[in-house]
Amino acid sequence: MKLPAVLRLSPRWTPYVLISPFLVLFGVFGVFPLLFSLYLAFQSWEPTAGMGAMRYVGLENFAFSLDDEWFWKSLKNTGWLAVASGVPQHLVAIPLAVFIHTSFKHLRNGVVGAYFLPYITSTVAIAIMFSSLFSTDFGLINVGLGALSQVPGLGWLVPAQPIDWLGQPENIKPAIAIIVWWRFVGFNVVLYLAALQTIPKDIYEAATMDGAGRLQQFFYITLPSLRPMIFFGVTLSVIGGLQIFEEPFILTGGRGGSDQAGMTTAIYLYRMAFDFNDFGAASAMSWLLFILVALLTWLTNLAFRPRKGSV
Amino acid sequence: MGERTPWCSLVWRCAALALCGLVMTSAQAQQTLVVAAFPAVDEIVKAAIPAWKKLHPTVEIKVVSRQFTDHHTAMTTALSTSFYLPDVMALEVGYVGRFAQGGGLDDLSRAPYDILRFQSRWVPYALQQATNRKGAVVAAPTDIGPGTLLYRIDVLGKAGVGEAELTQSWEGYVAAGAKIKAATGSYLMAHARDMKDIIIRTGIQPGEGLYFDNQSNVLVTSPRFVRAFELARKVRQGKLDARVGAWSNEWSEGFKRGTIATQLTGAWLAGHMNNWLAPNTKGLWRAAQLPEGAFAAYGGTFFAIPRGTPVANKPLAWQFIQLMTLDRGVQLSAFKSQDAFPALLETYDDPFFELPIEFLGGQKARVGWRDAARRITAVSVHKQDAFADEVINTELDKVLDRGKDIATALADAQRLLQKRAHR
Repeated sequence: MKLPAVLRLSPRWTPYVLISPFLVLFGVFGVFPLLFSLYLAFQSWEPTAGMGAMRYVGLENFAFSLDDEWFWKSLKNTGWLAVASGVPQHLVAIPLAVFIHTSFKHLRNGVVGAYFLPYITSTVAIAIMFSSLFSTDFGLINVGLGALSQVPGLGWLVPAQPIDWLGQPENIKPAIAIIVWWRFVGFNVVLYLAALQTIPKDIYEAATMDGAGRLQQFFYITLPSLRPMIFFGVTLSVIGGLQIFEEPFILTGGRGGSDQAGMTTAIYLYRMAFDFNDFGAASAMSWLLFILVALLTWLTNLAFRPRKGSV
Repeated sequence: MGERTPWCSLVWRCAALALCGLVMTSAQAQQTLVVAAFPAVDEIVKAAIPAWKKLHPTVEIKVVSRQFTDHHTAMTTALSTSFYLPDVMALEVGYVGRFAQGGGLDDLSRAPYDILRFQSRWVPYALQQATNRKGAVVAAPTDIGPGTLLYRIDVLGKAGVGEAELTQSWEGYVAAGAKIKAATGSYLMAHARDMKDIIIRTGIQPGEGLYFDNQSNVLVTSPRFVRAFELARKVRQGKLDARVGAWSNEWSEGFKRGTIATQLTGAWLAGHMNNWLAPNTKGLWRAAQLPEGAFAAYGGTFFAIPRGTPVANKPLAWQFIQLMTLDRGVQLSAFKSQDAFPALLETYDDPFFELPIEFLGGQKARVGWRDAARRITAVSVHKQDAFADEVINTELDKVLDRGKDIATALADAQRLLQKRAHR
């Protein structure tokens, strides 16, 4: 049965109609909030008074943000967490991927799946589980450390008192970094495993025939060949690291912890909007963060882009 | 088709009338009042529906329930966009202060509400908490949280400390804590911050808020903050606090195991302890007035009408709020079932106040709380109170954990708050 001509789509419009669900959703949930936050960044707005209460203030919100001690504190926290959780991800993921690639045949998928599991598990579930593990008096981590201190010769390694992981400013950041690292290391392993499979075996065979050891092969063949994937992985880590939100948010009860030691910029701008009712400053901060992310991504690109004469 | 007969016409008219009646009835039946609330206010609202139905049989109540933080975030979003606004919203007192400054809620002091005619029927301070600097009253009080000192009588007994020792003065309270710690190993309180929180709420002068005065001048270097910080530091230096935050696992375990001997809190905490926090400690706790004759409010719930609510629903919304806040039966029912301490003074002669509380070893503690509720004074609210609270807690942490000088800490807080005071 043929459809009436009125209901038939012309081939010219068909692609647009088929792609429209995505475009509509992207427009509503992607483009509109972006543009609206840009608009808000130049407004003073008491949100509970309604949309009509907006007042144009020019660059005042940006000036306020750049002069705000807590904004800078949140940026430092974010930078610390991005480095402390991001760098070890790659330092562990690359050798681990090489080890899995060379040592596992039949069990490979299972091992990769196990490392990948934290990445696909709900962040909220992970953070709640870790907040229980990090409990000062009843957490398994302190219980484990306590047991370790009983081992002869290891007592000096472990503090005598249980560690207040989530209550003391100096402990909050390492606790968060451990979780973020644990969550994303498997994801990076998968990235590097995919890249390892593209390196031709002939190169390794030739190197072996020339007398190169495994360590030399790793440094002179594997690492240079992984360079594009390292660039991709580091870029994702930079972008993700500067937007860390869920883990510290849940671990610190949504407040950033003592002395705001776990308050990342993403948490601070959320709090500025929804706890302190300052949507204008929150929007300005989000755009300043965007500029920082773009700048660091560009620098990452500079650091990893192919140089003249390189493979 | 031929001309219709008179009989036929009558049938048609009857049918049309019946249809009209049906439509009108269904329109009335479909009238719904949307009430947004958080636990356990949502349960209190649901329990009041039968009383509401007696007054308005055709008006349904739809309760939109969310968790505490989600609810207030949703209300902020609804007010800012004027979408999905409920007809009535429940607000916790901390949010009332913030929302009061915005103008998104109806001023209940104006016609047709004229809420001030009911002012004398609620505890004196309650309505003031919902009044903004322009004099607009944005919400009606339903329950309050008179402050109390809960203490473990068994732990105090072992240390040979009596209630009078705890409550005579704040310095005496700390000294008693040292005796308790030495004799039993139990901590005086969960966190030294609790000490600061209550002291900064005492001795507030008329026209002053907690952190700002009516002209948005910052007050955090005043003597009450200095004393609050000094006493909190004394608690920490004497190792008298368990260093655990409220609602944490360690906090509830401290109650269960008796390692926390006292808690400065709202009267409602006794109900939470009995129901889920530490039911196994039934009979071991007692309640006293706060030390040094202090009276303070810990929390409270209000009902408000958003300005963007359809005008047609506002009279019903106001009637619903009156039912929830001015009806003796509804207020007492909420008190008995959910420990929601009534804001309505007319309930205070009910025999329920005189009943012994099993969890508190048969103590008639509600009598003391009733007395406290009448003596709490109002504190002006400021838009930046939530931020100020955060700043002061941060500086206190620096004093307690890193030995920062108190004068410097308060001066730093003052500097930070001055930048925000007029935003």
